[in-house]
Amino acid sequence: MDAKDILGLPKTPLSVPPEKKSQPKKDSQRKPDGISREVYALTGGLAPLMPSIDSSYLKKRPPSDEKITWQWLPFTNSARKDTLQLYHWVRVVNGVPPTGDYSFAKYNKSIEVTKYTDEEYAQHLTDPSWTKQETDQLFDLCEQFDLRFVIIADRFPSSRTMEELKDRYYSVCRSILLARASSPADVSGHPLVKENYNASQEKERKRALSMVLSQTKQQEKKDAEVLAEAKKIAESRMAAKGVEESVMPATENEFPETTIDHNDTLVSLSNVRLAPVAVPPSTLVIADTSSTLASLRMLPVYLRTYALEQMVQQASSSAGLRTIKRVEQTLQDLGINLKPRVPTKAVCAEHLELRKEILTLLNLQKQLQYKEAEGSSLREGTTYSEMPGTPKRQVRDHDRTFIPDAMSFGGERGGRKDQKRKGPGRVSETPSSPANKRPRKMKASDL
Amino acid sequence: MTNSSSPKRNEQDQPETSGPVLKSLKTKLSKPEDAEKKNLSKKFKDVEISVPIVYGNIAFWLGKKANEYQSHKWTVYVRGATNEDTRGVIKKVVFQLHSSFNNPTRVVESPPFELSEQGWGEFEIAITLHFHSDVCEKPLSLYHQLKLYPEDESTSLSIKKPVVVESYDEIVFPEPSESFLARVQNHPAVNVPRLPVGLTFPTPAEDPSERKRGDTKDHPLSQWFTNFSEADELLQLAAARQQVQTHIAKLRRQITVIEGQQQQLKPSSDQ
Repeated sequence: MDAKDILGLPKTPLSVPPEKKSQPKKDSQRKPDGISREVYALTGGLAPLMPSIDSSYLKKRPPSDEKITWQWLPFTNSARKDTLQLYHWVRVVNGVPPTGDYSFAKYNKSIEVTKYTDEEYAQHLTDPSWTKQETDQLFDLCEQFDLRFVIIADRFPSSRTMEELKDRYYSVCRSILLARASSPADVSGHPLVKENYNASQEKERKRALSMVLSQTKQQEKKDAEVLAEAKKIAESRMAAKGVEESVMPATENEFPETTIDHNDTLVSLSNVRLAPVAVPPSTLVIADTSSTLASLRMLPVYLRTYALEQMVQQASSSAGLRTIKRVEQTLQDLGINLKPRVPTKAVCAEHLELRKEILTLLNLQKQLQYKEAEGSSLREGTTYSEMPGTPKRQVRDHDRTFIPDAMSFGGERGGRKDQKRKGPGRVSETPSSPANKRPRKMKASDL
Repeated sequence: MTNSSSPKRNEQDQPETSGPVLKSLKTKLSKPEDAEKKNLSKKFKDVEISVPIVYGNIAFWLGKKANEYQSHKWTVYVRGATNEDTRGVIKKVVFQLHSSFNNPTRVVESPPFELSEQGWGEFEIAITLHFHSDVCEKPLSLYHQLKLYPEDESTSLSIKKPVVVESYDEIVFPEPSESFLARVQNHPAVNVPRLPVGLTFPTPAEDPSERKRGDTKDHPLSQWFTNFSEADELLQLAAARQQVQTHIAKLRRQITVIEGQQQQLKPSSDQ
């Protein structure tokens, strides 16, 4: 159809006469003009790919050679046990009513509940906590309610928990299976034989599930925090493990608990797992140190020099390579070995502290440089880009835009030299029209 | 290396407590086999045991007797830093030599943990320390570059004065097991920190069969051993820190001064 359209040939007579209405002709005529063109363009071309059922098609439907009548006839349902006879409308073609079963009978499926004889009961199925009568009742209910244990538990005359009922049912079925099997190998594939029903596990599982469902929002938040922390610890352990592969692969027998045991009360989880790392993740630096410490503690044994290396690495993690070189240079200038000659616990601690202090020193030096550069640029009016990490600067800029004109350049002028060109690249401070413009603008918008 | 005999016994100074102490421990726990198992598996998280060691080599030039393939006689070793016996901790040491040596994997099963050889080349030796099972299951590796020739090339080789290169390090056990802790409480080669309150161990009975000396106090080469003192290093570090701290304070003052100056330039409307 489409191809013919493209080729410009007239449409095939699928929906074209014998219809007098000639609706499709209308379609192809509409093709080039009118709103319908866009509509047809939407369909990815000028004609729909799928033949749509338009009203002409529907009208055409009734085939003329068949004689159709509708009759009110009785029918039987094979799914029914009784002989109730109902009536319904039936489409009769040429006087022949349809054959076959009631079309919905095939949906009458039921679960096959095992039946045991009395001898079998006596032989295999006796149980101290269950009488035969109870067991029979249970099985009747199972059959009646298609193993819907929620209903069965509700209907069961004596009060038994659902787990008990399930336990009894499954163990009976299992015993029967095993008893009736000609050889154990036959039934070993059966799911009941392979994995037996475990009542206590089910109880536990359901309890845990209900707990999770009934958590308050607060608890949810707490749990998320704990999990994130555990994940962090796990990652640092992984990192340590990767590093340690050649030296000391750590044993991780407690590890799976953190990931799998989500069902457990996470309060106990946090108590157990996070006790060694009792540091709230307040500042990033502290958390990282504790994770390095934690990863070290995971190792069964390590060398002091190795530990120092790790701590130094962690401390310099925020610094770039150049900064690290500068730290080392400073250490050498101070006459300190880059790696202590006698790495005892005390010496290593001191060394680490010294390194951290040198880092602070270098940062302060940098800060001082920036400040001095700022100061000098203010005085000389040279342009420069704003320095990062100096929030005061930003605040001042904001203030400047909102301060009414008198104060803003009254202050500047009063300070140092007069003419200020583009100070921090924001406001032009020349005491002529641009400056005036700015406050005026503010005033206009403010009012 | 021959062990010189001497009446000194104080390297094994675990006092000779008799059976009753040990027995009482066992009766307290009522099930001996369980107690042992518990001892082995129980670990202490807050107690960190460290064993300071020194490892390195001493090399003597053979002088006239030297030939192309054997110019030096050297010994590589691991010893306790204070020359005390490390036997309670280290079970055996494996020295991995250059592949050109016969049987390059040399195992030393009793202290003193050392190995002597003759050769001409300098190479890296992998020293693997194996610990007793209740100390640590995993071995620990150290690496030492064998040094035969003196650093200063102008120094003439002498038969009498060897080239000595030693490195100090500490083996740290962050979570020692109970039996290990009990065993080494008063061990001279081991640093045990102050135990938390309430945690005490009965001192184990000394095993009379283990009388052979494993310390290196009277080692023939002991005259060449370096004495590693942490005091010097601590002093150095303290002095350096002092310097840095003063510098930091000075910088901080400078920064505040400048900030103050810059503040004056602007009106005081900002905080």
